[in-house]
Amino acid sequence: MKPRTQRTIGFVAFAAFVVFIAVLPSFISDFKARDYSYVAIYLIALLGLNILTGYTGQISLGHGAFMAIGGYTTAILMAGNEQFGGPISGGMKDLWTLPIAGLVAGLVGLAFGFPALRLSGLYLALATFAIAVAMPSTVKRFEEFSGGGTGIQLFGTPELTGSIANVQVLGRSLTPNDWMYYLAWSIALVAFAVAWLILRGRTGRAFRAVRDSETAAVSSGVSLARYKTLAFGISAAYAGVAGGLFAIVSAFVNPDTFPVALSIFLLVGIVVGGLGGLSGLVFGAVFIAFLPLWAQGQDLGSLLPDRIVEETKKPGGPAIVYGVVLILLMFVLPNGVGGLFRRAGQLLSRRRYSPPK
Amino acid sequence: MVLAAFSDFMQQVVSGLASGGIYALLALALVIIHRSTGVINFAQGEMATLSTYIAWALIAHHGWRYAPAFVATLLISFVGGIAIHRVVIRPVERGSVLRIVIVTIGLLVAINGFVIWEWSGEPQQLQSPFGTDTYSIGGVVIAAHDIGTIAVALGIVLLLWVLFRFTKVGLALRAVAVNPEEARLVGVRVSWMLALGWGLAALLGAVAGMLTAPTVGLDPNMMAAVLIYSFAAAVLGGIDSPIGAVVGGLLIGVLLNLLSYLSQYDMFDWFTEELRLPMALLVILAVLLVRPQGIFGKPAVKRV
Repeated sequence: MKPRTQRTIGFVAFAAFVVFIAVLPSFISDFKARDYSYVAIYLIALLGLNILTGYTGQISLGHGAFMAIGGYTTAILMAGNEQFGGPISGGMKDLWTLPIAGLVAGLVGLAFGFPALRLSGLYLALATFAIAVAMPSTVKRFEEFSGGGTGIQLFGTPELTGSIANVQVLGRSLTPNDWMYYLAWSIALVAFAVAWLILRGRTGRAFRAVRDSETAAVSSGVSLARYKTLAFGISAAYAGVAGGLFAIVSAFVNPDTFPVALSIFLLVGIVVGGLGGLSGLVFGAVFIAFLPLWAQGQDLGSLLPDRIVEETKKPGGPAIVYGVVLILLMFVLPNGVGGLFRRAGQLLSRRRYSPPK
Repeated sequence: MVLAAFSDFMQQVVSGLASGGIYALLALALVIIHRSTGVINFAQGEMATLSTYIAWALIAHHGWRYAPAFVATLLISFVGGIAIHRVVIRPVERGSVLRIVIVTIGLLVAINGFVIWEWSGEPQQLQSPFGTDTYSIGGVVIAAHDIGTIAVALGIVLLLWVLFRFTKVGLALRAVAVNPEEARLVGVRVSWMLALGWGLAALLGAVAGMLTAPTVGLDPNMMAAVLIYSFAAAVLGGIDSPIGAVVGGLLIGVLLNLLSYLSQYDMFDWFTEELRLPMALLVILAVLLVRPQGIFGKPAVKRV
């Protein structure tokens, strides 16, 4: 298969995916649409994390913290924090806070990227993990800024579009859930296209060079400091936008909105999606959003024997299923779903070998 | 007045040493696994919690006395650690670091779920083997449990040192950590040594968990914070250095308690209990930036 054919297939698949996303709400219940908007949010965060971990080879176990920064930026810009004694009066419309959420998280990411230059592999994983762990209690500590443990309520505020009433878009009336769905997916698709544009050119090549061999990259004139910090900044900005959207869709934030587990599951998501590819990430996002529900026996309950379903309904049961599935997945799909795709692509593109007669 | 302040201070130091001893044990477990397999075991805390629940179940549900329950728990944990390595870790050992990290995270989630599923999330009480007495030494009030914890931690460290330094198995364990290929060539059964490392780590975790539960209460997430402090301890001491893990653990324990103590003075009044975890994070970050190999570690030299 020639590269041009491959690209055409890619475009067709992307277009088909866009159409699928556009019509999906007509086939699912209104309530489910909101679940699927979380898939879009996770996809945005995974796209960012994949730039850092999949393409540049830097493990981060702290991306939930960058999501928290984005989420709180959005919430504070919308609702303000004067009610807790903070300096910001808020009043910004929800959509306009997202670029700022991305920017703030991106700047923090850049700032963290500098010290992270000295770390690699598991040390970086540990350092970023520590950030994720420290984030909830730090947020609680600076109560006048963040509202402490109670968090910030956005539901019903005039700044939140589609909080209660239907939303008019292009002459159509969308229910609040459908509105959130289309909002999240539009941003996710733009984020997907932007990631593709960043990664296909010079910058993407530099990222991959850093991942494959730092020594070789430096000897070919790639500045490690520049590209590693850049990767950190971009991926944190993605996480910030995702966090802002998370605050909008759930209509509130508190320290437990972005727990340590979120950071862990984001890493799980890109490994399941297959590192270093874009299309597999959709599966990673679905995995993060739905496995916790499936593990509780929702949707899939009818496929399993009743006895097992009963057992998994007990508290703790879903977590056992989740953990075991995760381990089994690493056994059978070491390169994630994306790896499966690539393998299939290789099989298709391999020239037919005809033995000499 | 000054004397009262001093005895307060000493009290904090002693209880800091006690919690530091627990961090040291768990940090040692992390170091043992990291030295031999190059992996950071994120499930270490949950493994310790599971062991502690086993001890509690033996005592509370089956009427065992503390001592036999303690020994049985250590044995079960040791065998369980070996089993975890053989069944779950060995199949992915040759893959990328990320894959092993995800597997240990899967273990963390599954074990945490199992504990809640089997014994519910209700907090439970595990007695201290040292009772609830307190002693007063020159005005400094010290809990028997704290002294016992320090003694047990130091005793275990000493036993481990003897094992690593003076036995054939210890020599093999060290050989595997330094150079697995050459160890295999001279007849060391590398894979079993790695499994043994996991067994030892699980055993250390069991002791740490049983010493933690009497003070903070037994619940499914009791080791989560302890694990972070132990990460900080291991990084501070040097993640490949057993001595470093012990010293790092004691330092972290005392540091955090001193900050709590000092927060009554104006200069440190910014410190609140919520900042304990972020302080551990600061320690990790500061060490990694200033001296990534830790206090006792050797700088990593990479051949290009």
